[in-house]
Amino acid sequence: MVKDQDYLKKTASFCIDLAKKLGATDATAAVMHSISETVNFRNKKLDESDRSDSLGVGLTTYIGTKKSSISSSNLNEDNIKTLIERCIETTKITPEDELNSLPDKDLLATKINDLNLYDDDHIENNEKIEYLKEAEEAALEKKEIINTETGFTESKSNFILASSDGFLNGYKSSSFSASCVAVAKNANNNMERDYEFTSTRHLHDMLRPNQIGSLAAKKTVQKLNPQKIESEKICIIFDRRISKGILSVLASAISASSIARGTSFLKDKINEEIFSSSINIYDKPNIVKGLGSRYFDDEGVKTKELKLVDQGVLKHYLVDTYYGKKLKSKSNGRSGGTSNLYFEKGSISYKNLLKLNQRTLYITETIGHGSNLVTGDYSVGATGFMVENGVFKYPVSEITIAGNFNDMFKNITLADDLEFKYSTNAPTMLIEGMVVAGK
Amino acid sequence: MSDFFNKTDLSRNDAEKIISETLNNCDDGELYLENSKSESIVLDDDKIKSSTYSSDLGYGLRAVTGEVVAYSHSNEISRNSLKQSADNLSSTLKSRKGVYNHEIPKTNEKFYKNINPIEEKSLQSKLELLKEVNTYTRAKGGIVQQVTASFSGEHKSIEIIRSGGEVLTDVRPLIRFNVSVMLEKNGKKETGVYGIGGRQSYDEYLKDDNWKKVCDEAFRIASINLESKPAPAGEMKVVLGPGWPAILIHEAIGHGLEGDFNRKKTSAFHNLMGQRVASEGVTIVDDGTLHNRRGSLTIDDEGTPTEKTVLIENGILKNFMQDRLNARLMNTRSTGSGRRESYRHVVLPRMRNTMMLNGKYSQEEMIKSVDKGIFAVSFGGGQVDITSGKFVFNCTEAYEIINGKIGVPIKGATLIGDGPSILKEVSLVGNNMMLDPGIGTCGKAGQGVPVGVAQPSILIDKMTVGGTQL
Repeated sequence: MVKDQDYLKKTASFCIDLAKKLGATDATAAVMHSISETVNFRNKKLDESDRSDSLGVGLTTYIGTKKSSISSSNLNEDNIKTLIERCIETTKITPEDELNSLPDKDLLATKINDLNLYDDDHIENNEKIEYLKEAEEAALEKKEIINTETGFTESKSNFILASSDGFLNGYKSSSFSASCVAVAKNANNNMERDYEFTSTRHLHDMLRPNQIGSLAAKKTVQKLNPQKIESEKICIIFDRRISKGILSVLASAISASSIARGTSFLKDKINEEIFSSSINIYDKPNIVKGLGSRYFDDEGVKTKELKLVDQGVLKHYLVDTYYGKKLKSKSNGRSGGTSNLYFEKGSISYKNLLKLNQRTLYITETIGHGSNLVTGDYSVGATGFMVENGVFKYPVSEITIAGNFNDMFKNITLADDLEFKYSTNAPTMLIEGMVVAGK
Repeated sequence: MSDFFNKTDLSRNDAEKIISETLNNCDDGELYLENSKSESIVLDDDKIKSSTYSSDLGYGLRAVTGEVVAYSHSNEISRNSLKQSADNLSSTLKSRKGVYNHEIPKTNEKFYKNINPIEEKSLQSKLELLKEVNTYTRAKGGIVQQVTASFSGEHKSIEIIRSGGEVLTDVRPLIRFNVSVMLEKNGKKETGVYGIGGRQSYDEYLKDDNWKKVCDEAFRIASINLESKPAPAGEMKVVLGPGWPAILIHEAIGHGLEGDFNRKKTSAFHNLMGQRVASEGVTIVDDGTLHNRRGSLTIDDEGTPTEKTVLIENGILKNFMQDRLNARLMNTRSTGSGRRESYRHVVLPRMRNTMMLNGKYSQEEMIKSVDKGIFAVSFGGGQVDITSGKFVFNCTEAYEIINGKIGVPIKGATLIGDGPSILKEVSLVGNNMMLDPGIGTCGKAGQGVPVGVAQPSILIDKMTVGGTQL
């Protein structure tokens, strides 16, 4: 069982009180406990079981505007005491920084409307095994599949955030996820791999095992016998797996820290059109059962829905207390980043998006870390399919795609197939004017 | 050394008893205990942005029978907690029966000193040095817009207790110093990053104003990128510089030669043992025994002494990297490559310091031989798809080569290739092998472990460069 709120509150309060007693003018503490159980299966046989029990505390102490932090997974009282003493000593010799402070009291979350983020259901390992067997059997129905690996994880966690300002709040959450990875081989012994997964807050919302198994197999087999194409400028469609990455780039580039430090290609772009006028982007923390839902941010500041991009215009940065002060604005509850971030769906159907151009490169996977947030330059390895007149013609691999986000953002067309599968979600996306490097 | 049985109701005898009872009918397994202290101090935006100290303590109990691994970990070292873990393992392995392999090689050789780098240098002097780094780097001119500098240090004690009571221990220091510089000139911004580190005291790396060289290098890379033009797109010849560019080796073939992917036959290399996978003259080793290097280990995380494993000898595939589980299932021996990020993670076969050894050509000869191509000197990260063999890595400093001469710098671009075939495209191997500066972290299955790479300059006849200029 995951530890209850009382235990976590007691520990957090102990830390705050001791820090104050030892000379801190302010302090914040977070205490977290999580238990997760995973079963992995391979080729219809049990491969691995893993039980994880993880308890930890993080503490920040302030002396005026001096600040320092410690964290520990050893909650032995003597050890905690030694660490807090160390933290205070460190704080004393750390230089002053006038931006260091707790958040404004009037911004802190006070009431909590239940978002149904916790499911008390427990699934035993042998039931997980049944699920995984079924998923692999579905995948192995395709004769090209030579290897299947599946996994099922149930995880429950609880945490408390406390501050010397009197904030003391936290909540339980749960997550259930399962995945299936398939490997297919062709006549020349060349192999390809793909996957499908499901991840939800509640057990009964998960996809059925045969769904993830068949989808993983189908996606894998489609990738067999890829071709390398010529280098060219071509329209690119990002599958939903990839299109959400555009939002992650946006979130990093508009974080108050990147803006204040001057290291973002979107610096000074507030109230400017950075996307085409058809694009709207929301960050909505209060979606019931949402994978990115939260009641307050990492500092206890209440989070409300933000329309980050309105008709292509950037309306908000993601602001925490520290960088908010530097930017002379208030925290908007985004310490720790976005919650459920998504593009409003577009107006064209998926099928019609595929047909919009005579030839389109449809990307299903990218590899590499080729996003430069300072310059906006983008270059990654990719695999996908050549689509001609709306029809998938052949798989493509060993190519790169490149562009600059400033241009890419302005050339986006979105399909109407938005779904909430991750915490950050986007519909299928067409981008014009990117360059493919191949042969 | 940490005493893991101090301040707990679990005695060493109790623990040994639980371990033996749990692992008695298994093929392998152990109790792994870990106590690690780490610090991170970051200067950014002219200020000390954060100073953090962490203390992490916990255990992982593992039982292995046949191909099945049962693992349970917790940070509560107590009788109850260990009992619960033992029950959890037994319920997974139920009726499976194995024969415990007591055999484990021993070593007396240590590849780093038993020191605690965090305590060896006072916090005050670290804070002062960071300020000095900031002042020194910003003094390079008004184009310096941002300087981020950081120290991170770690002191990790581990103890492995095997069934029957055999105990193996190791104490591992690790430090890293990093500088990142952002420049702005005529409205154009570029960054440069450089770092150094390894398993020694901070001062071993920072003495004699060595830290200034790190600042200089970060500044130099950013300055060069300010003058860069868009990179070309398409297949061409690529000359890689010595040292850190060896992450090509790490991604292109290193991961594909890890035992687990080959036992599971999901690596593009699984059926190529004894065959030619690289041009003649290409020899690649994975070496855990280099003194004080970031990727080195006295013993791996299963207690096996590390070694210098020959992976490819003169172009022929000779060995995979093995942990105990995959070695047993493939009828070979562990190469001391069983590693885990922490007690929270299961053991996997991993790389240590992966190196391509010297050939006989000079870098100059390579560049002279190229009519049109690129010369890549510095890299960001890389990634590989083990199954298809396709891999990428990102240049952070590169130049065009035209008619045998180095030309203007080009923007960062991704390079993509095919692992099993790329080493056959290596036509010249240089005589200037260099180790990387000690900054690499390798990710696999959600676990990050410190690694090293090394290589001389090499000429690759054909690779796809992912620029924007057609």
